Amino acid sequence: MAYSDKVVDHYNNPRNVGSMDKSRTDVGTGMVGAPECGDVMKLQIQVNSATGIIEDAKFKTFGCGSAIASSSLATEWLKGKSVDEALEIKNTDIVNELALPPVKIHCSVLAEDAIKAAINDYKTKQGAPVSAETVS
Amino acid sequence: MSKPIYFDNHATTPVDPRVLEAMIPYFTENFGNAASRNHAYGWVAEDAVEKGRKQIASLIGANSKEIVFTSGATESNNLAIKGVAEMYAEKGNHIITAATEHKAVLDTCKHLEKKGCRITYLPLKGDGLVDLDMLRDAITDKTILISIMYANNEIGVIQPVKEIGKIAKERGVLFHSDAVQACGKIPVNVIEDGIDLLSITGHKLYGPKGVGALYVRRKNPRVQLTAQMDGGGHERGMRSGTLNVPGIVGLGAACEIAQREMPAESARLRALRDKLRATLEANLEETYINGTMEHRLPNNLNMSFAYVEGESLLMGINDIAVSSGSACTSATLEPSYVLKALGLGDDLAHTSIRFGLGRFNTEAEVDYVAQKMIDVVNKLRELSPLWEMFKDGVDLSKVQWTAH
Repeated sequence: MAYSDKVVDHYNNPRNVGSMDKSRTDVGTGMVGAPECGDVMKLQIQVNSATGIIEDAKFKTFGCGSAIASSSLATEWLKGKSVDEALEIKNTDIVNELALPPVKIHCSVLAEDAIKAAINDYKTKQGAPVSAETVS
Repeated sequence: MSKPIYFDNHATTPVDPRVLEAMIPYFTENFGNAASRNHAYGWVAEDAVEKGRKQIASLIGANSKEIVFTSGATESNNLAIKGVAEMYAEKGNHIITAATEHKAVLDTCKHLEKKGCRITYLPLKGDGLVDLDMLRDAITDKTILISIMYANNEIGVIQPVKEIGKIAKERGVLFHSDAVQACGKIPVNVIEDGIDLLSITGHKLYGPKGVGALYVRRKNPRVQLTAQMDGGGHERGMRSGTLNVPGIVGLGAACEIAQREMPAESARLRALRDKLRATLEANLEETYINGTMEHRLPNNLNMSFAYVEGESLLMGINDIAVSSGSACTSATLEPSYVLKALGLGDDLAHTSIRFGLGRFNTEAEVDYVAQKMIDVVNKLRELSPLWEMFKDGVDLSKVQWTAH
């Protein structure tokens, strides 16, 4: 299979590889996929809770080159966006940017799911104390 | 060192220059039809075909009259299995094969299933070998054929062919073996092994593509086949079609070279393969060999590199030509059915690489490949969330995954 130049670039020079402390309340973690399916993505965001801006993003991916590139690209796009803006990133944007062939579209879907899962985790963490107070 | 380095010799092999040299005159000045009985062009072609037949027969311990030329192993497998199923339909309709056979055997069996045959697909033991007790138990009075490959194309595991041959003989069942990976690599002898039908192809042993042969036993028992190709009645009526004379010359020359050089060459390949394995194992943890090492082709290594997905690994070693059992490298999105038949989890099947060494590989290439593999596996593990979890002591089998 021939890869696009952008996929090759992300594979050779993945951006924002790493892990954050997932217990921190300003960090949201999304882990999607399964080893037996051949793809697992972990995507993390660190959000400035005052401004709602994503200040940092990190990923680690087990998967093919397109999966690595999709998650690497996602971290690039996330940084500097507000949480709400980040929710607007669509898998088709990733497909277009990386010129993914049809058989690799699931990689972009996985990246979109990882973004949503990370944001969801962050929101749950932020929301948890509030809802606890409401209950009491 | 020319790149990409070719370590995919189970898929195909380059034509040996000595083979090519033998073939060339049969494209041009010696272009005759081997079936032309009344002029010199035909005689020259026929002589060349008969020489090729002898060379092939010699490699497998057969008589040259028992060799039927085909277009390759897929056709040989089709002819053997369908030919027996049709010819012996009155005797029975049951065929026994194994789950790790090549698709040319499995799909032929599936075709016959639709036509009313009953097929038993034997599961394999974890080491990749056929369970002989299970084979014995599977035989019924309706069984007409056992088709078990000599050596596997993915994991290189060599089946206990002699024992299978013995069981088949005891029970009066014919035994076919797809031997494309074994012929020319390890000693194969149809008499000692008790094989009644054997498939062979040119391009796996440094001969040309598009030519193969089927050994069909003539004595004890005399095996009969229903032809699958009708026409001029070539090849004792078993396979009509004008013979591919240059291809047959090439296949014959390839067999002769392989037979002559086998002792030295198999020792050389085994040493290279063992060095590759030892270097990888010494420098990388969490690697797993797929299939037994004890009964294996000298040129095969099939290894899983846990926590690193196969296709991304291939992308990192793009100056090395190998294959992966990962789903992403196949059209089906399913990981290797051979590895799954060994009971390997999909996760490890996705991380497997098949190395197939060949006649033209060197020690310098093995050193290069080993180092490159180590570098890329380490790099991708740094990127792998599974590796991180493994290092943190997380039991991955207990994690709730959000499968797609």
